[in-house]
Amino acid sequence: MKLTKKKAHSVAAVPLGQKRSFWQTVLQQRYLYAMSLPFVAWVFVFNYLPLFGWTMAFQDYRPGLAFFEQDWVGLKHFIELFQDERFYLVLRNTLVMSILGLLVGFTFPILFAVLLNEARAKLFKKTVQTVSYLPHFVSWVVVAGIVTKMLSVDGGIVNEILVATGAADKPIQFMTKGEWFWIIVTLADLWKEMGWNSIIFLAAMAGVDPQLYEAAKVDGASRWRQIWHITLPGIRPTILVVLILSIGSLMTIGFEKQFLLGNPTVVNYSEVLDLYALNYGINLSRFSYGTAIGIFNSLVAIILLFIANGIFKRYANQSVM
Amino acid sequence: MRFLTSDGLFNVINYCFLTIVFLATLYPFLNVLAISLNDSTDTVRGGIYIWPREWTLENYRTIFQYDHLVTGFINSVLRTIIGTVLGVFSSAMVAFTLSRADFQGRKFVSTTLVLTLYFTGGLIPGYMLMRELNLINTFWVYVLPGMVNAFHIIIVRSFMDGLPYSLQESAKMDGANDFTIFWRIIMPLCTPVLATIALFVAVGQWNAWFDTYLYNGSNPDLTTLQYELMKILQNTTMGGSGDANAYRSISGEQAAQTVSPESIKMAISMVTVVPILLVYPFLQRFFVQGMTLGAVKS
Repeated sequence: MKLTKKKAHSVAAVPLGQKRSFWQTVLQQRYLYAMSLPFVAWVFVFNYLPLFGWTMAFQDYRPGLAFFEQDWVGLKHFIELFQDERFYLVLRNTLVMSILGLLVGFTFPILFAVLLNEARAKLFKKTVQTVSYLPHFVSWVVVAGIVTKMLSVDGGIVNEILVATGAADKPIQFMTKGEWFWIIVTLADLWKEMGWNSIIFLAAMAGVDPQLYEAAKVDGASRWRQIWHITLPGIRPTILVVLILSIGSLMTIGFEKQFLLGNPTVVNYSEVLDLYALNYGINLSRFSYGTAIGIFNSLVAIILLFIANGIFKRYANQSVM
Repeated sequence: MRFLTSDGLFNVINYCFLTIVFLATLYPFLNVLAISLNDSTDTVRGGIYIWPREWTLENYRTIFQYDHLVTGFINSVLRTIIGTVLGVFSSAMVAFTLSRADFQGRKFVSTTLVLTLYFTGGLIPGYMLMRELNLINTFWVYVLPGMVNAFHIIIVRSFMDGLPYSLQESAKMDGANDFTIFWRIIMPLCTPVLATIALFVAVGQWNAWFDTYLYNGSNPDLTTLQYELMKILQNTTMGGSGDANAYRSISGEQAAQTVSPESIKMAISMVTVVPILLVYPFLQRFFVQGMTLGAVKS
């Protein structure tokens, strides 16, 4: 860190008596400008322009009319939204699945990394690790197909195991039970991303000083105690960074899994705000109403971010924002 | 008796747990592979686990007779190649300007980019924008909107920060301009991190289906492999007799008699998974490095 700062100074410093003006520097750095400004323009078009689209929520938007020719209707669409019973159901689903996903998706990769780190057999460790990354590279479309297959009533391995071990009398129709949907989505996500998300923790563990373990062993510490007192504190900074990142990604509450794994029988549990917006906004061409839902979706994400940040601040004494 | 010490017990539990994770991850893939290679009328009897009972390549032969699927395959390959080249190139270029501490516009550029990580316009304004830009029903809607990605830029940039600045200084003395420095000196040194980004973008492109659904769903010429698979899966999980059966009729009566929707699903799944499985062991070293880098610095 220190080094880069020093470098920054020596580079940025302008020789004495030659203070260049803004435009002179622009001219001198024209290549650097040429290499970044087009992409800034790009980002402006594809990421910032849609933000102006939020105005649609306050209009009775009709395509083809200019911005000022639209009918401005104030909060009409929001009021309509808050009066819709379905909205509260969808909001509940969004919150539950976001929070479940954050909790499970954050803790299990750490656990997995710790246990993998404790495995002494090199080849075994390497094989498990490599296989665990695999699902990350597969699309949700395929994962949804796999999950449906594994949970199916005829020949799904989960039901076969349940019946064989006597845990269930007859195969369970998992995909049609609404109450199961949240759990299925969370577990499917875990299956897909656990290995991938553990990479960074494993890398951090490789950096923990081996002498600490030696010393602990001399003192007679069990493996559990070594994990608790050496490994976990050793990767604490990484855990915090990852927590920050996953809280940050609450902003983009997904809908891909819900879309692909959902079906009409579980729709009361599977529909999330984005899907709700999709159904109204695009499939029914109610653009203004759909945008209002989208805005609300962002608000929920920001509120979640603040709550998570608050909890985080309290227990880790650090802030995300 | 040594076995029962607490360490021994720990090892037993640990290896059992890891083995379960290993099997739970691998089994579904082997199962899909086995079903895709098994005779489809035989599959209906059930009991296929990780080994096909009656070997056949008929399922694969059948799916490659579908025009949609072949078009989808070509489009998926095209969008993956073009999207990856554009994505890697733009990330590298912007990252280079951001890694230059003397660059005057650095703060502006980096703020503009980082904010995109936190704000999105949402589904409908995004859709309206594509409409206004006339990108709907074009191939370009696959590669242009996501071309500049702040997360990728941050990863490349932190790699570039690790390169010694003296390299650039000496090139400058030899009269190279900033673009030449970027192209001839920085780019070659960044191969590991660019390979990581390439993998990220390529996987994202190859696996994308939602943009096809949203923007090009009605245009069979612009379909993608994942979208075709999605349609089949959606229709069969809903118990409807939609596309999977439509697929059968396209291919004619003969195929309809020999291949069930189940086999079609599994064979297409394999076709979408195998290309990735082939490249990823080779790139593993890179992406582990890239992941670590990206998270530690941002």
